[in-house]
Amino acid sequence: MTDKRSGVQRLIVPVGLVLPLIAFILVTFVIPLGSMVIQSVHDPEVAEVLPNTLNLLSEWDGTSVPSEEVFESMAQELVLSRESRTTGKVATRVNRIASGTRSVFGKTARRLERIETTELRSAMIDIDDRWKDVELWIAIREAGREYTVKHYLHAVDLERELDGGIHPVSEDQRIYNTLYLRTLFVSLAVTFFCFLIGYPIAYAIANVSDSMAKILLLIVLIPFWTSLLVRTTSWLVLLQNQGVVNDILVWLGLVNDSDRLALIHNMTGTLVAMTHVLLPFMILPLYAVMRAIPTDYMKAAASLGANPAQSFVRVYFPQSLPGISAGCLLVFILSLGYYITPALVGGTKGQLISNMIAYHIQSSLNWGLAAAISVILLTGVFICYFIFDKWVGVDKLRLS
Amino acid sequence: MGNGGGTHIAFEHVTKSYDGTTQVVKDLCLEIERGEFLTLLGPSGSGKTTCLMMLAGFETISSGNISIDGQAVHTIVPHKRGIGMVFQNYALFPHLSVGRNLSFPLEVRGISSSERADRVKKALELVQLEGFEDRKPANLSGGQQQRVAIARALVFEPEIVLMDEPLGALDRRLREEMQYEIRRIHQQLGVTMVYVTHDQQEAMVLSDRVAVFRDGSIEQIAPPETLYEEPNRVFVSSFIGDNNVLYGKVEEIRPGDLCNVAVGSEDHVQALIIEDTQPGDSVWVAVRPERVAIAREEKQYSNQFEAIVKDIVFMGDHLRLNLETCGQRDFIVKIPNIVGHGAVLPGDRIQIGWAALDCRALPMDKEKEN
Ligand SMILES: Nc1ncnc2c1ncn2[C@@H]1O[C@H](COP(=O)(O)OP(=O)(O)O)[C@@H](O)[C@H]1O
Ligand SMILES: [Mg+2]
Repeated sequence: MTDKRSGVQRLIVPVGLVLPLIAFILVTFVIPLGSMVIQSVHDPEVAEVLPNTLNLLSEWDGTSVPSEEVFESMAQELVLSRESRTTGKVATRVNRIASGTRSVFGKTARRLERIETTELRSAMIDIDDRWKDVELWIAIREAGREYTVKHYLHAVDLERELDGGIHPVSEDQRIYNTLYLRTLFVSLAVTFFCFLIGYPIAYAIANVSDSMAKILLLIVLIPFWTSLLVRTTSWLVLLQNQGVVNDILVWLGLVNDSDRLALIHNMTGTLVAMTHVLLPFMILPLYAVMRAIPTDYMKAAASLGANPAQSFVRVYFPQSLPGISAGCLLVFILSLGYYITPALVGGTKGQLISNMIAYHIQSSLNWGLAAAISVILLTGVFICYFIFDKWVGVDKLRLS
Repeated sequence: MGNGGGTHIAFEHVTKSYDGTTQVVKDLCLEIERGEFLTLLGPSGSGKTTCLMMLAGFETISSGNISIDGQAVHTIVPHKRGIGMVFQNYALFPHLSVGRNLSFPLEVRGISSSERADRVKKALELVQLEGFEDRKPANLSGGQQQRVAIARALVFEPEIVLMDEPLGALDRRLREEMQYEIRRIHQQLGVTMVYVTHDQQEAMVLSDRVAVFRDGSIEQIAPPETLYEEPNRVFVSSFIGDNNVLYGKVEEIRPGDLCNVAVGSEDHVQALIIEDTQPGDSVWVAVRPERVAIAREEKQYSNQFEAIVKDIVFMGDHLRLNLETCGQRDFIVKIPNIVGHGAVLPGDRIQIGWAALDCRALPMDKEKEN
């Protein structure tokens, strides 16, 4: 009896200890992530307003103007939508598919209220002759799909034509694919620069005396502890047209006062500021791995006849690889989703995909699209992670 | 790699200080013959590793000079010294296979791949690890890793091989096995070997000569037999093997390099003089436990005393008696396990004795006295 109770108690304590963590992850991660994924494919707004019409349209052949019955139902539901003030929503959705049709719905709904007729088909075509366009009806049917991949298509610059085929959008409307590529490029470049700058620093910290290492680590960490916003804006001060860097270049005579370099509000700004901000994420795992490399290896290499360069390339560098991959993975994944820094110093040419997500959440209010882009980004991150795991092994990650 | 003798390595008045104040190696002078197996033996912290590191070039020399074949080592960068080295923790490169570890010194010397394969194979044969080329160090036992480390230090045919407590991490049985292995390899190759250990038994098995270290200087350097039979310092006499050490004062100098020493409250011991002494000097009198015998009759030995048996331990090949005698509470006597060694029991009063020549009057440490 007592045994049993103590067994249960033994279980309660560890479960109790991790319960806050589970709750935390659930509330801050699993639930928002789940609703984001749902948001990206679930679009019930039109379906809620035009349930009967959409039901009838599902049996429609899609080539001729729909039957009187369909028009009747549409008229009814349009009038109802005016009362519930949802006509605009429907108009917006349909308009995204067949542009230039926004006005049809409001106008028709308004006039229908005053018309007393049973011949609704001709009445509605009288109000707006676009009602006899097959494309409009196809667009309504498309917009009415409750579950849709249209956000995903949109997010990769594709669209479903009214005939049902999937095609790239017209050239002037393509934005997202360029942005994915740019994000990928910026992330790779930032990772590369962080590695280039971070490796010698980590090496130095790992190989100087303990007291010196403490000071150097502090120098690495102080910016790390400073607000991201402060660090990013300080780059504005440094890199802007009348900023410190340009002033120095002009003063040195390397650059004419009249054509100062554009170092910020473009790709350069994004690269410089992101490299700076993410540098500690490269240095810290590298340092952790390097510190654990016994000095005996280098002595052994020298005693075996390897000069310092050979010792480094053949013995030290290979042993620092877990640190390199950990640092690169961290910086790369953080870069993929980086938002504040490009928003502040990137200009238009330095914006990344996460800035587009922010735009669709805050300005265009197309949350479905924002969610679809986010899911694509997240999938990319997971793919990188699994490649890393296959390649190096996540258990090799040592962060400090 | 001639065995022609002659000085190969020389330490001349070498001093080392890490912090500028305490000297961890003090005015060390040492000449190592070509082909010799020299062991630096001493307790932990006595400066043995520091000496190896200065020789290999991983520590600077504070003052004095170390030369190899007459050339000062500080003029040669470490990787050009051609010294094979075995580290205590082996320092095998974990990311390389055994074969690649062994071919590493050959690769950096630009030796062709066919010759490399050949020499790696020979080196593995030497340490009896044929066919282990493709294993990673992590997949080897401690003893196998040790062998690989030795093979790697030899594969590029250095004239000098340094080993820093190479057997320290192995268990007893394996350690003894490896000692004979190292001895065989040294005899086979004839390299000059400088070996560091704190295990006196290991030093005895391996060495041509042993340098006993204490606090950064050499107490005595001699072949193992000499160190055991004729220690010149009390530190050496008790570091190498067991010894009974009695504190006493010289009473009288006698012919034949002998002296009378007063020990305990009223006992007098005859001992061999090691360094010039005068009556009145303090000395340590050292006598090996196996040189002491149970006396059968009165005045059988020139040093004969009554003793009380406190404890007897059966050690197989000998009996170890713990006695109280000459004012000493733990005087050890080893009696060979032969028929008729006599039935001695704890509490017995017995007569023990030893010859004057088996007993050495060692000088006090100068520093210790001040
Ligand atoms: N790198 C170092 N820096 C400072 N002191 C050291 C260093 N290496 C060794 N020492 C000191 O020098 C003394 C001798 O050390 P060491 O040569 O390692 O002795 P052993 O090998 O005989 O045990 C010790 O007191 C040790 O603390
Ligand atoms: Mg040591």
